[in-house]
Amino acid sequence: MTVREALLLAGQLLGLLTALVVVVLSLIWLERKALARFQNRMGPMRVGFHGLLQPVADALKLLVKEDLVPTWADRALFWSAPLMVFVPSFVVWVTIPLAKEVVIRNLEMGLFYIVAFSILPVVGLVLAGWSSANKYAMLGSLRSAAQLVSYEIPIVMAVIALVMVPESLNLVTIVEGQRTVPYAALQPLGLALFLLAGVAEVGRTPFDIYFAESEVVGGPFVEYSGAHWSVFFLVEYINTFVVGVLVALLFLGGWTFPLVPEAAWLGFLWVVAKTYLVVLVMFWLRGTLPRLRVDQLMSFGWQLLVPLSFANIVITGFYKFYRWPGWTLTLMSLALLLLAGWLVYRRQTRPAAATAEEMLARARAYRRREA
Amino acid sequence: MREGYVADWAAAVLAGVVGLLAIGLLFLVSAVLAPRRPSAEKGIPYESGIRPAPYTWSQLHVRYYLFAILFLVFDVEAVFLFPWVLVFAKSGAIVFYEMLVFIVVLLFGVVYAWRKGVLQWR
Repeated sequence: MTVREALLLAGQLLGLLTALVVVVLSLIWLERKALARFQNRMGPMRVGFHGLLQPVADALKLLVKEDLVPTWADRALFWSAPLMVFVPSFVVWVTIPLAKEVVIRNLEMGLFYIVAFSILPVVGLVLAGWSSANKYAMLGSLRSAAQLVSYEIPIVMAVIALVMVPESLNLVTIVEGQRTVPYAALQPLGLALFLLAGVAEVGRTPFDIYFAESEVVGGPFVEYSGAHWSVFFLVEYINTFVVGVLVALLFLGGWTFPLVPEAAWLGFLWVVAKTYLVVLVMFWLRGTLPRLRVDQLMSFGWQLLVPLSFANIVITGFYKFYRWPGWTLTLMSLALLLLAGWLVYRRQTRPAAATAEEMLARARAYRRREA
Repeated sequence: MREGYVADWAAAVLAGVVGLLAIGLLFLVSAVLAPRRPSAEKGIPYESGIRPAPYTWSQLHVRYYLFAILFLVFDVEAVFLFPWVLVFAKSGAIVFYEMLVFIVVLLFGVVYAWRKGVLQWR
């Protein structure tokens, strides 16, 4: 690698960083507007046309706010925790293509690299919670460790089942394999698993349990303010966008579906439009669903998503190994998805008395063991 | 080794460096622009408006411990699965069914943990 190449690469990375910041500002505006419309409000209106400059004003405010460090905090860890959540969410962008040619490095193991880095932020969250010397932060970081670690499994297994179809970890190859049928049609179950576990990995409502304001008052971020806090905020939106772009590329056909554009910029627009659509669905979830309870979160992940994600691998394996036609996989996937939906529905519509009875029995058993 | 292999991973490392520098710059700008008036009251950890009890770093029930162990098992499994998914369709039936057996054995671990009540958050 020559010096010239390295400089070119650094220039590309800086451009990427700038683009990401602009994307995050647009997402903040979009989320506030979308949530406001869901609740029949106007949302930000004052700063700029329809509040378009509101995120910029917020960012400037955060920049000039006092950056407090609590007296009892472990200063070095407190200071560096935001870096540890930011760097993994930035480096995955090296290999995410936004069109066939619009990618910094088309890594052969791209998807593996993304999955590997996606679990690292949990270290930063735990350090942030621990170093704050605050009990809410500590509780929040313990919750975040349990949550992120649990939902990483369904997301990795969904990715593995998806990779079975094109037999490649290269993102461009995966997208090019969807010229006729996007993988969402082959694996509706995989799409559901990836999206749900992705929302949980990012920690968006209904899975915002580790920084729930009404429970742990902001979780690992309670003691953060100013620029340090803004990094956590930035990362949350970058990760939301990563989940959106991965769903668009892996399941919705990226730039190749429904028609293959002649010009590269058209493909780029396709990917961006699909990504914003997925992100809007995530905002919609936030506007609609209440937060899960922490035990519901764990049982949803381990008792439903994990077995389903393994079943997804098995059915995709049979489809691929015996070269069954594509519609068989679609049918099996849909059947499993419906089964999962029925299980959740049954749990949801169970009489309240039965739930109360079960929780009481559990509490009694726990007390017996303690005694 | 494929051509451009080193350059590819150098790009990943450089991205990490650029990310670190960018955030460092952000902190630097904020340190210059933001006011800095620390006081004893501001340094107290927030505990819903009452004086905080000491000993934040006292003993805690680390509930995620068992989940972390289970996660480790499945993450190692994922490391085995990733190379397998790239070759199994071209390999023999034994390669395919062997991995299915492996998956079932690990699923048995989840069932065991489930029956033991480990998957309940208490």
